Amino acid sequence: MSEIATYNFAYLDEQTKRMIRRAILKGIAIPGYQVPFASREMPMPYGWGTGGVQVTAAIIGPDDVLKVIDQGADDTTNAVSIRAFFRKVADVAVTTETAKATIIQTRHRIPEHPLTAGQTLVYQVPIPEPLRFLEPRETETRKMHALEEYGLMHVKLYEDIARHGRIATTYAYPVKVEGRYVMDPSPTPKFDNPKMHMSPALQLFGAGREKRIYAVPPFTRVVSLDFEDHPFEIQTFDQPCALCGAEQVYLDEVILDDKGGHMFVCSDTDHCEKRQACGHRGHLAPAALEPAQ
Amino acid sequence: MTDEPLLRVTALSKYYGSRIGCEDISFDLWPGEVLAVVGESGSGKTTLLNCLATRLLPTSGTASYRMRDNQWRDLYRMSEAERRFLMRTDWGFVHQNPADGLRMTVSAGANVGERLMAIGDRHYGNIRSTAVDWLGRVEIDEERIDDEPRAFSGGMRQRLQIARNLVTGPRLVFMDEPTGGLDVSVQARLLDLLRGLVTDLGLAAIVVTHDLAVARLLSQRMMVMKDGHVVEAGLTDRVLDDPRAPYTQLLVSSILQV
Repeated sequence: MSEIATYNFAYLDEQTKRMIRRAILKGIAIPGYQVPFASREMPMPYGWGTGGVQVTAAIIGPDDVLKVIDQGADDTTNAVSIRAFFRKVADVAVTTETAKATIIQTRHRIPEHPLTAGQTLVYQVPIPEPLRFLEPRETETRKMHALEEYGLMHVKLYEDIARHGRIATTYAYPVKVEGRYVMDPSPTPKFDNPKMHMSPALQLFGAGREKRIYAVPPFTRVVSLDFEDHPFEIQTFDQPCALCGAEQVYLDEVILDDKGGHMFVCSDTDHCEKRQACGHRGHLAPAALEPAQ
Repeated sequence: MTDEPLLRVTALSKYYGSRIGCEDISFDLWPGEVLAVVGESGSGKTTLLNCLATRLLPTSGTASYRMRDNQWRDLYRMSEAERRFLMRTDWGFVHQNPADGLRMTVSAGANVGERLMAIGDRHYGNIRSTAVDWLGRVEIDEERIDDEPRAFSGGMRQRLQIARNLVTGPRLVFMDEPTGGLDVSVQARLLDLLRGLVTDLGLAAIVVTHDLAVARLLSQRMMVMKDGHVVEAGLTDRVLDDPRAPYTQLLVSSILQV
């Protein structure tokens, strides 16, 4: 334990954590508004979730149970290293089970298992500004948010329909929060957008490089933008998960060989494993896991 | 025609430090009237235009605009939100360089549709059919609707910029050298088109130009500026045919005759 003694609890010093908490509180008070904060250097590169890590570090307590997912998986490099980081610097309990976690730090996904009141979902955000690719000036986008000038967001959706015949934006799909601020839900697939609406869990967003924090408090209206004649739709899959047979979940394509073989499996590994443990089987589930009949 | 002007400018001055941008400019602009502001480079005509379009704050003086509900509003006392709303609904601004007024990375259709979406139109089909209609009115082939303005010629870009500004049915359009940088035949076509649109829609316009031919073709009234002051103002034909101020006489006589 000697190496833990060299760190303050949860890595950041107390003043920094207070500063981040103030930004979080402001974000919660103004749902969807991007609060600037003095993002710190973290012992990992930008783009690896430094914003999410700072938010988690500011809110985590010794009694919290932390789950970290990357693309829905608990076992990828980013998820494993962030989990290990907090185990080391905060000595908190970690889990892969959605239901047991009090704080879930995520990149790209909202877990399939419904979140409950008291849980906090922390998103790692690369580009917090939904208008950025259409309007490069920060001074201008801030003004547009302040004056609620969001016509430009629909220009992007218009371009999608003009080029592809439908709204082809599949991730970072813009949403309007509580009827006021347009927000980028970070690179989550639009499949997860409906889960943000009236969620009982607190949702916090941290962008380390861009130095912004924003939040969606529990039970807040989150509406995906669309056109009257091209309503918002989520992705659908024409086959169930190959391992657990789940439907109405978000699937990843996994390449099996170099002859074009592939399968679709749950992107949420915890959800998939839980289902398999309950005896659900997809058509490619390993025979060894078949329950003894 | 109503018996009240649309825009009332009183003693407008803009100084850049101790230098004069424009000084003590007063005029009324009536609905459906095209006013040309001519003068050499550096005479303050663009400064004046930018002040009127609220892109610059004047040092002193006032400009009031009669809103659609016939209420007079002081342009420099409106909130920024109101001003920006006015600029994208009841006003238009045609830049000399179309790249300044267009979004070069989105399609022509989206460029025309942006103002509609900005005022709350959320029906893709309607936005698109309006865009098709407007492209036709500025003589851009409907097939080009999904092309980016980057793929357009200079003349087409300028016409697209005009369509983008006129789609919300503005009552007042500011134009800063609308034909600058275009070759003569394209200029002639654009002027012809502009003249048609201005007449059909009953637009009021303030056109800044150094080209007296543009002023002659488009405007009913003109102001001649020099060193930040108006040296002569009057009906366009009168000013051009019978210039009184020495500077105007010089300007008129310096037109190259081919």
